[in-house]
Amino acid sequence: MKELSEVALPEDVRYTKDHEWARKQGETFQIGITDFAQDQLGDIVFVELPEPGDRFEGGDEFGTVESVKAVSELFMPMGGEVVAINEALEESPELVNSAPYTEGWMLEIKASDPSAYDAMMDRAAYLDMLKGLEE
Amino acid sequence: MRYLPHTPEDLAKMLQVVGVQDLDGLFSTIPDGCKRVDALNIPEMTEWELNDHMAALAGRMVSWADYKVFAGAGSYHHYIPEVTRYLLSRSEFVTAYTPYQPEISQGTLQGIFEYQTLICRLLGMDVANASLYDGAMALAEALLMAIRIGRRKKTVAVSTLVNPYYRKVVETYFAPTEFNLAWLPRREDGTTDLAGLDEIEDLAGVAVQSPNFFGCIEDLAAAGRAIHDRDAVFITCFSEPLAYGLLKAPGELDADIVCGEGQSLGIPQSFGGPGVGIFAAKQKYVRNLPGRLVGQTVDADGKRGFVLTLSTREQHIRREKATSNICSNQSLCAMAAGMYMAALGGTGFRELAALNRDKSEYLKTALQAAGLEIAFSSPTFNEFVVKFPEGFDQKWQDLLQKKFLAGIPLVCYYPELANHYLLCVTETRSKDDMDALVKEVQS
Amino acid sequence: MKDAVGTRGLILNEPFLWERGSKGRTGYSLPRRDVDHAPLPDGLAGDGPDFPDLSEVEVVRHYTRLSTWNYGVDSGMYPLGSCTMKYNPKTNERQAALPGFSGAHPLVPSELCQGALQLIYELEHNLAQVAGLDAASVQPSAGAQGELAGMLIFAAYHRDRGNTRSKILIPDTAHGTNPASAALCGYKAVPVETGPDGVLVPEAVEALMDEDTAGIMVTNPNTLGLFETHIEAIAAIVHAKDGLVYADGANLNAVMGVVDFGRAGVDVLHINLHKTFSTPHGGGGPGSGPVCVGKRLEPFLPAPRVVKTGNDYALSEDFPKSIGKLHAFYGNFGIMVRAYSYMLSMGTKLKDVSQHAVLNANYIKEKLKDVYHLPFDVPCMHECVFTDKRQEKHKVTTLDVAKRLIDYGFHPPTIYFPLVVNGAIMIEPTESESLENLDQFIATMRQISQEAQDDPALLQEAPRNPKVRRMDETLAARKPCLRG
Repeated sequence: MKELSEVALPEDVRYTKDHEWARKQGETFQIGITDFAQDQLGDIVFVELPEPGDRFEGGDEFGTVESVKAVSELFMPMGGEVVAINEALEESPELVNSAPYTEGWMLEIKASDPSAYDAMMDRAAYLDMLKGLEE
Repeated sequence: MRYLPHTPEDLAKMLQVVGVQDLDGLFSTIPDGCKRVDALNIPEMTEWELNDHMAALAGRMVSWADYKVFAGAGSYHHYIPEVTRYLLSRSEFVTAYTPYQPEISQGTLQGIFEYQTLICRLLGMDVANASLYDGAMALAEALLMAIRIGRRKKTVAVSTLVNPYYRKVVETYFAPTEFNLAWLPRREDGTTDLAGLDEIEDLAGVAVQSPNFFGCIEDLAAAGRAIHDRDAVFITCFSEPLAYGLLKAPGELDADIVCGEGQSLGIPQSFGGPGVGIFAAKQKYVRNLPGRLVGQTVDADGKRGFVLTLSTREQHIRREKATSNICSNQSLCAMAAGMYMAALGGTGFRELAALNRDKSEYLKTALQAAGLEIAFSSPTFNEFVVKFPEGFDQKWQDLLQKKFLAGIPLVCYYPELANHYLLCVTETRSKDDMDALVKEVQS
Repeated sequence: MKDAVGTRGLILNEPFLWERGSKGRTGYSLPRRDVDHAPLPDGLAGDGPDFPDLSEVEVVRHYTRLSTWNYGVDSGMYPLGSCTMKYNPKTNERQAALPGFSGAHPLVPSELCQGALQLIYELEHNLAQVAGLDAASVQPSAGAQGELAGMLIFAAYHRDRGNTRSKILIPDTAHGTNPASAALCGYKAVPVETGPDGVLVPEAVEALMDEDTAGIMVTNPNTLGLFETHIEAIAAIVHAKDGLVYADGANLNAVMGVVDFGRAGVDVLHINLHKTFSTPHGGGGPGSGPVCVGKRLEPFLPAPRVVKTGNDYALSEDFPKSIGKLHAFYGNFGIMVRAYSYMLSMGTKLKDVSQHAVLNANYIKEKLKDVYHLPFDVPCMHECVFTDKRQEKHKVTTLDVAKRLIDYGFHPPTIYFPLVVNGAIMIEPTESESLENLDQFIATMRQISQEAQDDPALLQEAPRNPKVRRMDETLAARKPCLRG
């Protein structure tokens, strides 16, 4: 398990309390799980994702991520429609471990309300939250 | 008592360490309202009294040595080679737990991996699990899996020529769900009528049994086409896996899930259980499979080894979202089946299957020659239905007195089939047995 | 300490079955052919299965070698919490193998199977008696199927009463089969938090129990090895809203002859014959999970049932309110024969079994609590739960302790269950272990805790003695290879 100081927390994404991140990419948002989350889960063996065209509300469960001995649900940081999923994760789920913010991305969505992004936690707020969990 | 090693001295020492006066003191946290008011009233027998008692009970059972049994209907008498019985009694197989600590369970794990492999080869499928409870529950699980695969579809169709007990168990499993069961009728030739499939809406899966309960071989190729045309999951079940030593494997005929009872594979009939629920599917459905799976991997030194894997499907991790609630499987029975398939080998398995069919055909022909009617025209494996003349039930009782079990009456399962009996011939029935039966039936 | 139980030894490699053999060999004596060939009509025949052809010697060596890679109860102590790995008596095997039983077809007329019917009848009555309930069915093939039967009985009862209930209360310490079985019945599992003392408190149940709840599933003794002391009050709360109480009897080995589940307010109890009643685990099954009920739920038991008229036994389907059928025939009869034999071998000594099982667990608890963290320092039942908290500072985990025990010749206890205890180590010695074995286990665990301090690598790299070392489970899950 990493120490908090070792956890990667990029500036160009926003965070949720369930350890997902979102990155604004022009018209769409890219979504994945944070470095903290992948570190806690351990070796990821499978990622279950929805299909393009599926619609969700903010906070809905959109899939699961599995390690050998555990399953975790994945929750939408904001509502929207899935426009793409990361097909590479089917063959290489370990990308979520090695590159959670880049090659390990999970979904691309078209947000129903893009302003929900601004309501998400920024890097500092997420780090504070993680510090709170430690205690 | 020989299973309880503690002497009074041992007990005294231990009670002192624990800090309790006597054995009853160990239960001080249990409220009085929960305690028994009277002692247990169960007889205690010495090993010798037990032997006598059990011999007496077993003596009140039909033995294969005394009776000529021509019955199958989901439980089959096949010879079990002494070598498999002997190997299965190895206490390291018998007294071991589920292989959650793989380093000290490689025997069970490789044995089950081999079972999974041989089952795939027998049925022509990509992946098989480490077994379910029996053929009936396996069918229920297959139908539930078809519904999971179909996502939003809520109906499954099952042939009425599937073993009636399997159908009852399916009904029990489906009763508390929101899913629907549709039943498929039969044709005159003793196979399933799939013509009505088009009328069934919201169809997730269809199950046929082959050989079916009447012993008839279904046209699985045609069934597969019809079912896939409806975009439904094609399930084949069976109660006599030996048939696939001779018949085309369901996997070759595009079955999506194949399940059934494996008792014929070296497991004693034992009044109906334990048997082994066989379950296999196409590779693309692997994460939807119920039950345990053994997978190959390597250890820290790079040596080949085996572990239980894809456990996130199961109840101990996924809990209420598991693919099934199953925990124990029928592991030792699956080992027995593996040993049996190993002892027979591919050549032996094929020869034994042929012998079963040939003997069954001999009896069928002999009965026809004696003027009796074979009820259904479809080809069969080692079971077939005879339509006896009116009033045969009295004759059937007489035959029983003469120690012939001349098949299973079908009327309790299919009320319109009075005087129809399901007969079975395996390699354990000799030509003389069959000639004697034909003679008795004619007299 | 005497010589360690575990040592190095010569273990033989053995390839796959299909890496052995040669076409045309056989390990089977084909029965004599006394009829002509009758070929199948065109198009039906396949090529036959691609099995290897092996000689009998190859088959024997193959499985004999495989067996030497396993550790069973006959090898040594197996303190797996909640699994009750007690000794499997050999006389049980003899009885199950009697030709009258092993060669019995299940569909013969009842006058030709009186022995089996009598055995089933008596076993069900004895199990109900042990439970303190009124009737039982041995049809479920395993504990999980017994739980399903229980849930189906709940549903049938409520339907019969005209109630609609959609929820079941399940403690957070429950075994995963509990919520899974409830879900199969369409019930939503509502978790109940265990109290600070490791048992359920009535207030927590009261807060959740309502007229939409079918009842509660408790395990008693629970998975922390503690008796649910508030069970009567909890049952009263549930019954007050016409709910039912289901008890998971996986831990029955602690309380036979001591507890009366009927008096405690339980309506349905399942029993694991492969735990409490000594039938062998077989590497993962077959088991048997009979379900016992109070009188008012008897009509709902699975059918058919064995009924007795005078001295004759028969199977009857005349149970219109039955939940139906769970097994193609009557359940795992061969397992019932073993359990019945055990029951008659023990008689009233079933109570001694529980007393010794509980004594053994408490003895271990007292002798290890100074080296391993004991989250609940209270009298336990037949199992005790420790954690790896004191070993954390040496970067040693519960998993490492378990793997090191293997090198010393013991099967590890249950680990990481129940989930409410971090790093749980659940030790259930059973009544089968002698004082010397218990002392050797205790000494070994103490040695391991010392190693955790002095040389943690010994644990982290364990086990070293068995045929294989720690397996790459990640690879097995990422790239599943499930057949050869």
